[in-house]
Amino acid sequence: MSTTTDLKTPTPDQLEPLMGGTLPRVAPLLVGVCSVALGALAWLLGLSPVVGVVVAWLGYVLGYTVWSRSVEGSRKATDALMRTLMWTAFVLAMLPLVSLIWTVVARGLPVLTPQFLNDDMSGRALLGVGGGIYHAIMGTVMVTAIAAIIAVPIGLFTAIYLVEYGKNNRLAKVITFLVDVMTGIPSIVAGLFAVALFIVVTGDPLPRLGIGGAIALAVLMLPTVIRSVEEMLKLVPDDLREASYALGVPRWRTIVKVVLPTAVAGIVTGITLAIARVAGETAPLLLILGTARVANWNPFEGPVQTLPVYIFQSLGQTTHFKYGEIWTDRVWGAALFLIIIVMSLNLVARIIGKAFAPKTGR
Amino acid sequence: MAKSIDVSDLDIYYGDFLAVEGVNMHIKARSVTAFIGPSGCGKSTVLRSLNRMHEVIPGAHVQGKVTVDGQSLYDSAVDPVAVRRQIGMVFQRPNPFPTMSIYENVLAGNRLNSKKMKKTEADDIVERSLKGANLWNEVKDRLDKPGMGLSGGQQQRLCIARAIAVEPQVLLMDEPCSALDPISTSAIEDLIHELKSDYTIVIVTHNMQQAARVSDETGFFNLKAAGQPGHLVEFNATPKMFANPDNEATEAYISGRFG
Ligand SMILES: Nc1ncnc2c1ncn2[C@@H]1O[C@H](COP(=O)(O)OP(=O)(O)OP(=O)(O)O)[C@@H](O)[C@H]1O
Ligand SMILES: [Mg+2]
Repeated sequence: MSTTTDLKTPTPDQLEPLMGGTLPRVAPLLVGVCSVALGALAWLLGLSPVVGVVVAWLGYVLGYTVWSRSVEGSRKATDALMRTLMWTAFVLAMLPLVSLIWTVVARGLPVLTPQFLNDDMSGRALLGVGGGIYHAIMGTVMVTAIAAIIAVPIGLFTAIYLVEYGKNNRLAKVITFLVDVMTGIPSIVAGLFAVALFIVVTGDPLPRLGIGGAIALAVLMLPTVIRSVEEMLKLVPDDLREASYALGVPRWRTIVKVVLPTAVAGIVTGITLAIARVAGETAPLLLILGTARVANWNPFEGPVQTLPVYIFQSLGQTTHFKYGEIWTDRVWGAALFLIIIVMSLNLVARIIGKAFAPKTGR
Repeated sequence: MAKSIDVSDLDIYYGDFLAVEGVNMHIKARSVTAFIGPSGCGKSTVLRSLNRMHEVIPGAHVQGKVTVDGQSLYDSAVDPVAVRRQIGMVFQRPNPFPTMSIYENVLAGNRLNSKKMKKTEADDIVERSLKGANLWNEVKDRLDKPGMGLSGGQQQRLCIARAIAVEPQVLLMDEPCSALDPISTSAIEDLIHELKSDYTIVIVTHNMQQAARVSDETGFFNLKAAGQPGHLVEFNATPKMFANPDNEATEAYISGRFG
């Protein structure tokens, strides 16, 4: 039979050797130094620094791959080449991020004084005396919180329906389609929707109120919340649901006491990220929140200031012949604080995710 | 109070796919019934239709009759949740709740249904159930640790403890010992012997010796051909089944000549 010949024990010379050549451990460093020198040489020869960097990079990629190929063989050489390419992609992706954060921190940090955080834009702030973002921080917190209060329950229950009850039925398919459509709504359109809604509700041709902004943000948040909660619920294995049913536990109790606790880490993380995502939203708020110079805690009346809108409006003043510089500082300060808020939300999401994750340790 | 189960002309579907066809059997109260047969012939499917777990899968449905102590299981007035409270189940794959400790896992059937009970009573149930599943000695010092931190075989015994903690009247076990060592297996078999005096037990197994050891009656399932629905070939008292079965295919399967 043919199978027996295939299974014959290989003779020693048929076996692949287990050992092969390896490059010394300092090889990457060595090639790196050489290629940097090459790049520097290119620069000294009068080429631009950018060309120098490219030359150094090419030198590294080619030099290391060729060396590895000649010593270690083609599999390891390919591995080295791919690793270098991925590191390059990683560095390219990090460059704008790091430079952005660096710039904002460098220019915003000196501005972030306690006075800047506790002051609003009333009084003589417009004349370049004092002034701060207290009202904008509070506005951001209030509008985002209301948006979350509206969007999170609706999103959570929709996702629960889609995963637990609507498996493959018509209604669930329609809802999923609508959610997909909602994901693509431009944020300015959400703002227009809120404006149109409150023109009808209040009769005011130019409504200015916090709840309008919150509704616009909720519209933007909703699909994200639904999608992320849906994904998390889908990750809960059916085995667990069946285990619960088999104990005679009704479906709603299974959802509340087995499915949701199992997925809670992911759900909370998803929701927090959705909140962080809309906290920096500008366009829709510009339409409905108007301009406020002091904190306004009443979401049902009067304009509210939020950080992104504050940044946008301040930017218009930076060309002022006399106060331009002060406004520029304010823009950077507010931008830094907005980044801090969004980053802390991300951090909170991670901490919550860790804290709630099912524990498997002994 | 154990219950007997009557199955007549049962066809079981996954959507349009007919998985098992024309099952007729009588499962006696206070006895152990074993299901044997080659992989994919529908043993799990039949087992799951006995406590209405089958319909949990979207599109899955049955035709025919299953009666438990004379009461029709698939009657429209019957609440599947109530059925499952009386007919417990241990699954082929261990599935402890990952958010719960060992202690909570055993009590899950009571706790998830918000049954109020005293601490001493709860401790009692946990100890009795874990001892029953031969797990007590291994976990008694870490009852508050997560159930997922146990080995596969320990997890399976935890699931058995969880199923017997609610004291069902019928216990369905789908290959409960497939992940267990011989010692735990024999402990589970002892447990089955013990439970037999109070409960009705149905067990799926690929282990002929086990079927011969623990069961009073045996059902042999088979496929007529690949792609055909599974069916019940023979259902008889275990001694007869293993000594001189009525059907040739049964004998071939049991003696290891195929499957
Ligand atoms: N969820 C499902 N959806 C569709 N078909 C299924 C599903 N579960 C099982 N089946 C099919 O039903 C048939 C019987 O499967 P079943 O799981 O009952 O086999 P089994 O006898 O328990 O096998 P094993 O001994 O391997 O556990 C198989 O053809 C299988 O492909
Ligand atoms: Mg099975």
